[in-house]
Amino acid sequence: MTTALLFATGAILIIAVLALVYRIITLVGIAKGDQKKTKVTTSNKINAALFPIVLIVGSGLIMWSFNDAKQFFLPEAASIHGKETDHLFWITMGIVFTAFALTHLLLFTFPFLFQFSEKRKADFNPHNDTLEIAWTAVPAIVMAVLVIFGWRAWADITAPATEDAIQVELMGKQFAWEIRYPGKDLKLGRYDVANIDNTNSMGVDYDDVNAQDDFTAREIYLPVGREIELKIRAIDVIHSVFLPHFRVKMDAVPGMPTRFKFTPTITTAEMRQKTNNPKFNYELACTEVCGYGHFGMRKLVKVVTQKEYDEWLMKQKPWLEKNPDYLSQWEAKKAKTASVAKSH
Amino acid sequence: MSSVALDVESKDVHSHDDHEHHGNFWTNYVFSFDHKVIAKQYLISGIFWAIIGGGLSLLFRIQLGFPEANLEWLRPLLGDWITESGKMDTTFYLAAVTMHGTIMVFFVLTAGLSGTFSNFLIPLQIGARDMASGFMNMLSYWLFFLASVIMFASLFASTGPASGGWVIYPPLSALPQAVSGSGIGMTLWLVSMVFFIASSLLGSINYISTVINLRTAGMSFAKMPLTIWSFFITAIIGTLSFPVLFAAALLLVFDRSFGTSFYLSDIYIQGELLEHSGGSPILFQHLFWFLGHPEVYIVLLPALGLTSEVISTNSRKPIFGYRAMIGSMLGIAFLSFIVWAHHMFVSGMNPFLGTIFMFLTLIIAVPSAVKAFNYITTLFRGNIIFTPAMLFSIGLVSLFISGGVTGIILGNSALDIQLHDTYFVVAHFHLVMGSAAFFGMMAGVYHWYPKMFGRMMNSAMGYVHFWLTFIGAYMVFFPMHYIGIAGFPRRYYSFTNFDAFSTFTDLNTFISIAAILTVTAQFIFVFNFFWSMFRGRLAPLNPWNATTLEWTTPRKPGHGNWPGALPVVYRWPYDYSKPDADKDGFTDFIPQNVPLSKTEHSNTPEEKVLAQLDEKFDQLGEEREKNPFI
Repeated sequence: MTTALLFATGAILIIAVLALVYRIITLVGIAKGDQKKTKVTTSNKINAALFPIVLIVGSGLIMWSFNDAKQFFLPEAASIHGKETDHLFWITMGIVFTAFALTHLLLFTFPFLFQFSEKRKADFNPHNDTLEIAWTAVPAIVMAVLVIFGWRAWADITAPATEDAIQVELMGKQFAWEIRYPGKDLKLGRYDVANIDNTNSMGVDYDDVNAQDDFTAREIYLPVGREIELKIRAIDVIHSVFLPHFRVKMDAVPGMPTRFKFTPTITTAEMRQKTNNPKFNYELACTEVCGYGHFGMRKLVKVVTQKEYDEWLMKQKPWLEKNPDYLSQWEAKKAKTASVAKSH
Repeated sequence: MSSVALDVESKDVHSHDDHEHHGNFWTNYVFSFDHKVIAKQYLISGIFWAIIGGGLSLLFRIQLGFPEANLEWLRPLLGDWITESGKMDTTFYLAAVTMHGTIMVFFVLTAGLSGTFSNFLIPLQIGARDMASGFMNMLSYWLFFLASVIMFASLFASTGPASGGWVIYPPLSALPQAVSGSGIGMTLWLVSMVFFIASSLLGSINYISTVINLRTAGMSFAKMPLTIWSFFITAIIGTLSFPVLFAAALLLVFDRSFGTSFYLSDIYIQGELLEHSGGSPILFQHLFWFLGHPEVYIVLLPALGLTSEVISTNSRKPIFGYRAMIGSMLGIAFLSFIVWAHHMFVSGMNPFLGTIFMFLTLIIAVPSAVKAFNYITTLFRGNIIFTPAMLFSIGLVSLFISGGVTGIILGNSALDIQLHDTYFVVAHFHLVMGSAAFFGMMAGVYHWYPKMFGRMMNSAMGYVHFWLTFIGAYMVFFPMHYIGIAGFPRRYYSFTNFDAFSTFTDLNTFISIAAILTVTAQFIFVFNFFWSMFRGRLAPLNPWNATTLEWTTPRKPGHGNWPGALPVVYRWPYDYSKPDADKDGFTDFIPQNVPLSKTEHSNTPEEKVLAQLDEKFDQLGEEREKNPFI
């Protein structure tokens, strides 16, 4: 109640002040006779001058803030394609910033240079075909070049993975990621959401031989320098896999598996040295809004040497081995569904 | 016989004009058929929604800028959406983001902008007595009003309003168990949007038929002001794309309520396997963005049209490249229908589509660049008068460029991988679509206020409003590029969970403070707008010395707009500072309704030939008044 009263009083006060200002401006205007004598008042000069002032101050602020902020821009790219797209990003940024700067140079100086003057008359210059053609053609050519570079990068990134790429499955759900590796046979087993239960949270189909040696992990382990193919899916709503350091992003869609391939180039240990941050870790984040816990869907990614990776692999036990009781449960469940199907 | 009957009818029209104060309060101000009243209804509704939408943005900016702060003081407003520990509820944060987007895109920048200015300016600038169908026009506003009431009511749902983002991607929007806002809040959202789409279609069809059929004698398409061109093209885009959103929404309603599986498949949620099978969430995204992308231009083109008029008038120069401006608008409109999937580069769709949509998207940069260059060249060697409308128009051009250039980066699928759904995107569209369209709307209000209310707005307050808003918009959205390049995802309640996003906390605080100041500055406008209605200086007939037809009406045009015969148009709308016009007795502008035969000295060689046809035109005007079907 008191807050409401406070707000009401505040609002009334502000309106009163604005009304007073309004009245004063109007009276001053009438006293100066701004509606009769000339077309413009001194405010025209002030506004005209403010444009170049904003241009100069604004350029300074942009330069300063850019320099101040750039330490955090595009954190060191740790994948092969990431280096390329970063390069392309800064080239494109250079081009568009030049366009931005040049047009603003004109846009903010013209108002000052061509502000109203009784002595001058505006040019009657309705069109100029040469100019129009020129400024249609130049952007068209620049765009064509950018499209070609973009195409090449995009084609490389989305090309099929090589045969010996390491497959890792990422499954998004509210609000966590689950990770599955293919095991010794290098093949991920089939899955179906209908198989999901309290133990088998990824719905892996254990009738499939390829699934027998699959194992799950708490962190994403990747060997440096090897091509990785992420097999991405979701079981409830859309999520999105985002690995900022590897320049990887791909939606995880229920009912439609997706993929993304990349090759990590820097191990976590090397990155810790580079960034001078002994606690550095690569991270996986979700970038498609998925509910109240969207901002907390984090997983760690560990990039290690091939040797360390092999050692880690040796230590991993297949999921079925870790859950020895599950297979009997699985058979029982299968029998039940089969009988239900039969009775129908 | 028939001509006699028509004669009688036309006399009837005149006698109506003579006493325009018939009808009661309800028919004059509430369920009015008059396009000017409907325009004002749209404008005031738009201002109301802008305050709500802006207020929502402040709520989530407070959360982002001051994540550690105790928000107990917001409890009187938000109730249980503030948790016991004094934090904002994370679901409410999503709801605020969602409703801010929905309200700003649809209720402010579509209805508030197109609804206001298409209604107000089309009949006045083409020389028509009213819209083609006054009844449909009235219906259009009241369906919008109904949509508004439902959307507003959804804000008070106990489970919260829709909270899956303004793009309402299923399955999140389809399953109440996925997020509480997908319960009754989402139902109300969909119902509201159905009425909104119906309203928008009624409006668009009216705008199109009015522009095609009711132009006054002499007002050929090549003599139409660019405002009318922009409204016309916008209406066509709306007519073709809004029904697709309707279809998308309808299928979503089926999935939500009737157990169909258009968008749903393989879902296991909250320990339960859903029956839905075989649907595709990507299908919804295709349908949504088939409207969603043209929607950007539905928002932007009217703003560009208004700006063209204001910049030309206040530079005292013809708009540079009139035909190129029309051509680029047509080009943008066409391309707007075939670029939608650039919102979906990483949605999992076939990467080949990505290459096609990248190519088509980057082409849009060309007509957009042409428009920007034409605006700048219009200023060149002008004699510029800085009215508040002119300032906002120059501001629009600046925001259009700075927001537009980053589109070239985002439209490149290879670069979009990293930037998609980060603050870089937020910065991009808030500048090019949000702020630019908002500035166009402000330019329109300041420029046509005298014609709407017969009084002037206070220009000193307008100047202060402009500079605070202009600088504020850049202070808010420019640093967002930095945050986006650093990889910060959108729609995050807080960034503390991630090492990668733990930088830049100061910058987020800075943005929030700038946002609070900028939104506060808008109340200068709100005050000026309402106060000037009653206390503003009486407006002269043609305060900006403009050439278009609306300034030939009385100070407060009544029903039918012109008390006498409709004006006849003889020239294009941009005869500013024409050489030798002074010899014909004109200052630095020649209105559209001045016959070429009266401006012998300033006529161009082609116009000298046309001047001889003037007499025939005069007759045409009289004929047309009697029989609008010639």
